[in-house]
Amino acid sequence: MEPKFEIFPEQASVLAPRVDALFFYLTGVTVFFTLLIFILVVVFAVKYRRRSDNDPLPPPIHGSKTLELIWTGIPLILVGIMFFWGAKVYHDQLRPPENAYEILVTGKQWMWKFQHPNGKREINDLHVPAGVPVKLTMGSEDVIHNVYVPAFRMKQDVVPGRWTRTWFQATKTGVYRLFCNQYCGTNHSKMIGRVIVMEPREFEAWLGDEVGGTPAQSGEVLFNKFACNTCHSDTSGARGPSLKGLYGKSVKLLDGRTVTANEDYLRESIMSPSAKIVEGYQPIMPSFQGLMTEEQVMQLVAYIKSQSQNDKPSATQIDDSVTTEGRK
Amino acid sequence: MSTDHVETSASIVSVSRHEHDIDTSNYLKAGYTLKSWLLTVDHKRIALLYLFGVTFFFIIGGILAFLIRLELVTPKGDLVSSDTYNRLFTQHGIIMIFLFLVPAIPGVFGNFLIPLMIGARDLAFPRINLASWYMYMAGALLTVVSMAMGGVDTGWTFYTPYSTTFSNGAVVTAGLGIFIIGFSSVFTGLNFAVTIHKMRAPGMTWFRLPLFVWAHYATSLIMLLGTPVLAITILLVAVERIWKVGLFDPSLGGDPILFQHLFWFYSHPAVYIMILPAMGVMSELFSTFSKKPVFGYEFIAMSSLAIAIVGFFVWGHHMLVSGQSEFAGLIFSALSFLVAIPSAVKVFNWTATLYKGSISFSTPMIYAFGFIGLFAIGGLTGLFLACLGMDYHVHDTYFVVAHFHYVMVGATIMGFLGALHYWWPKMTGKMYPEGWGQLAAIVIFLGFNFTFFPQFLLGYLGMPRHYHEYVPEFQILHILSSAGAMILGIGYLMPFTYLAYSVFYGKKAPANPWGATGLEWRTPSPPPVHNFDSIPTVDSKPYDYRTIREELSHVARA
Amino acid sequence: MSLGHSAASSPYLAHHFEDLEQQKTSAVLGMWLFLVTEIMFFGGLFAAYAVYRTLYPGPFHAGSHLLDVRLGGLNTGILIFSSFTMALAVHSAQLGKRRLLILFLTLTMTLGCAFFVVKGIEWHHKYVEHHIPGPNFHFDGMQDPKLVQLFFVLYFSMTGLHALHVLLGIGAMLWLVVLAMRKKFSKEWYTPVELVGLYWHFVDIVWIYLFPLLYLLGRH
Repeated sequence: MEPKFEIFPEQASVLAPRVDALFFYLTGVTVFFTLLIFILVVVFAVKYRRRSDNDPLPPPIHGSKTLELIWTGIPLILVGIMFFWGAKVYHDQLRPPENAYEILVTGKQWMWKFQHPNGKREINDLHVPAGVPVKLTMGSEDVIHNVYVPAFRMKQDVVPGRWTRTWFQATKTGVYRLFCNQYCGTNHSKMIGRVIVMEPREFEAWLGDEVGGTPAQSGEVLFNKFACNTCHSDTSGARGPSLKGLYGKSVKLLDGRTVTANEDYLRESIMSPSAKIVEGYQPIMPSFQGLMTEEQVMQLVAYIKSQSQNDKPSATQIDDSVTTEGRK
Repeated sequence: MSTDHVETSASIVSVSRHEHDIDTSNYLKAGYTLKSWLLTVDHKRIALLYLFGVTFFFIIGGILAFLIRLELVTPKGDLVSSDTYNRLFTQHGIIMIFLFLVPAIPGVFGNFLIPLMIGARDLAFPRINLASWYMYMAGALLTVVSMAMGGVDTGWTFYTPYSTTFSNGAVVTAGLGIFIIGFSSVFTGLNFAVTIHKMRAPGMTWFRLPLFVWAHYATSLIMLLGTPVLAITILLVAVERIWKVGLFDPSLGGDPILFQHLFWFYSHPAVYIMILPAMGVMSELFSTFSKKPVFGYEFIAMSSLAIAIVGFFVWGHHMLVSGQSEFAGLIFSALSFLVAIPSAVKVFNWTATLYKGSISFSTPMIYAFGFIGLFAIGGLTGLFLACLGMDYHVHDTYFVVAHFHYVMVGATIMGFLGALHYWWPKMTGKMYPEGWGQLAAIVIFLGFNFTFFPQFLLGYLGMPRHYHEYVPEFQILHILSSAGAMILGIGYLMPFTYLAYSVFYGKKAPANPWGATGLEWRTPSPPPVHNFDSIPTVDSKPYDYRTIREELSHVARA
Repeated sequence: MSLGHSAASSPYLAHHFEDLEQQKTSAVLGMWLFLVTEIMFFGGLFAAYAVYRTLYPGPFHAGSHLLDVRLGGLNTGILIFSSFTMALAVHSAQLGKRRLLILFLTLTMTLGCAFFVVKGIEWHHKYVEHHIPGPNFHFDGMQDPKLVQLFFVLYFSMTGLHALHVLLGIGAMLWLVVLAMRKKFSKEWYTPVELVGLYWHFVDIVWIYLFPLLYLLGRH
């Protein structure tokens, strides 16, 4: 990543060319109308310039409904195209593929922390395999941050109190800038990282064996440490609902609503337990807000999720079929 | 609010007492004491008070901008510390937006011209008008004082939870300043709206109003409906910051995204508070210097209202990457595209006004040409940001910085300076040196493009906003931008110099130096205290150049 | 410069208006627009309240249950009655009945003060029970205390801002009484009375929304 002067950013993700295509269309429209106005103004200004103060008065032209209709209609069509095209790209930006390699991200004044599915951790550097869709599940320990990799045309706010997600699929190996793109205080401009895209084989070698436990294993330790099992004990008459097989199920609440037990629900149930009470239980669970870091909540949720997906293939291994499919 | 009506009975006494010992044929000569200025209820004098205020704060904001550009010449932070830099851009934003751009054209030209243009003797509530100026000055000084108290480092957007819990700046003081300025803005809008509704001269129907007045009417609506929401939002930030209770801080149960919704509900329409008055100025300039009625008068008038109304429903495009729902993203994107249409309609109509005109290249018209250029680029690049897939890349980068400087700053300053030159003879009774005026307009236009065009490229390359230090590959474009800023700075200094000169040594201005239509040109330059010797009656459409030429030739013969 | 027109005919006409009618309708329109900005001002708080009530129904119900409906109801009655006396005050002004005007204004002010006394009692209860948001906030129930505190932050912001408006209203009426005593009003000119009347009705209406939202919603 030698500093060199460029006029156009590198394209290194599946979505980058699609965003750029949109960019060229928008630039085309912009240049066309800017030139159109510029030429008309210059031509009129020169052709109809006032030669003397005694020039005869020009004809008072008050307007033309036809022209108004034309220059309302044509821009309307052009922005309509922009809207639908943009919405299509946005639709795909929002939806990580099912089989994506999931990395937990926490932003903190002023550093990025990453955790791979096998437990490997990184700070500010993020190693990823080329050709594999990578999903980032992100939380913030303090203020709003934003993860931005220009070469991937990828950007998402990282908001405290909730998780946001984004994804990318790198197409080229190399080292790319990762910026914090939401003002976050004194060293905002130093909250810069790198994304290192490697060949999948190299990446696996780099990743190595599990160290210090997967997020789910760390979550299990926390589950016991915070004595969650006292209430969520899976026995009949337990004070809290069982968490086995909970993830992905729908849950009936005390106030009659039904919600799906997704990551956001699990997070909220740990941090603000009284917001949604499961039918048949008392609102007795204390809030763990402030008692654990966002990273720990992520691990705990990973553990609860793992209690529901024991039959599914582990997400910690990169499936070769995914790799090849992703790279074609 | 209600004070005005009883006190008016007192003011009538004071007016008639003054009638005997002061010269009422020229508002500038109706008293020379400081008191006669600081306690005036004459809308024209209050306009000059605003001119003094906004110019002063523009200079402060400009000095901050100069320091920012100087720091950004090199990638490393070598001029100031990161904390200082963060305070520089925050204060630059707050001062330029709340102390200059929002009040500039309405405060100076809206105040001066609306009564003259509709044939009234003053705004409906002259005392409230003076109170607005005092509120503006008090709030503005408080904001500047907050700089001395350690400054604010939150960015002008005050995003929570940074502003409520983490920032160690003088957030509450600056917030209080903005809160007070907000009230000034509300009362200015209220005054304008009531004046335009109730004080029009006989025969001045809605569709005979100059387009400048229409634009200010639309602006007033935004001021009335949007500003209170900003006020309450800032109040809530202050409550949370002072008492440490959760409103927006998620660790206390609050929702930081709710803050963004409330904030942008005002702050996006606020962009139209800045640009609509400039658009109103443009309609006047294009017509006068082409000697033709504005093409598509009704469409321009209605597009101002359309912008004001639709502009209230697009705020969410500032939050497309905040994690708000996909549905919200789609709605806000679609509406943001829609609000571009009335702006496009205006630009086409102004261009068509030139067709077959008798076009003069006087200084105000050069500003009008500059406005079209900057507004076209600024407006069209807005489409990139409204476009969902595209915004994911350019959001909060220098692309946005370039875009909003073109639209809010470039276009509004072109409008402000264009108006200043156009109505200078009316306000001061003096002509400025034409050659200097034209030169300054060109320098400012070029300097502006030099400064901000490279920032579009920087943004697409991925340079984030609010960066004190940056990566080395961006340096060349930053140097270009800083060099442009020097040209721009010189350009801004020129009008200060020659306009000040003209006040003392300028040629005396006739009542109607441009051969313009509009009632403000049918009263002497500068106007008498009560604007008109007798209230005029209006019996034709606006921009009727034939009648004006006949009248002027009568004057010339006589 | 002629002050011209009908100016000589009325001492109440300001120099920049053509006639009393224009002056009065301008003032009334100005007041209405001001009230619109007030609605937007309170609107921000109402929006925040709606969002958090939807997010945290349980804690908000719990918070709402801690309010005293009887005192809130009493205050609602007081304000509705004060709107009635205010309307009578404006009516008296229309008829030029100075003594009645002063009587009804005084009555309205007294009711406004009564509202304050009741509100003060309520707030004092909250203080005793540690329901004032901040470090001393205390909540014993099943719900998350910080979310119940959020309810009280909004409760105090909304009722506090409303109370400030009541206070300003009382001040404005005091000023009207002084003017009325000095015989400033007449049948043809009583605009300030009308404006303060509009304002006072607005203040009442805000309370009419606040009472069910804060005290009643979700109560069984």
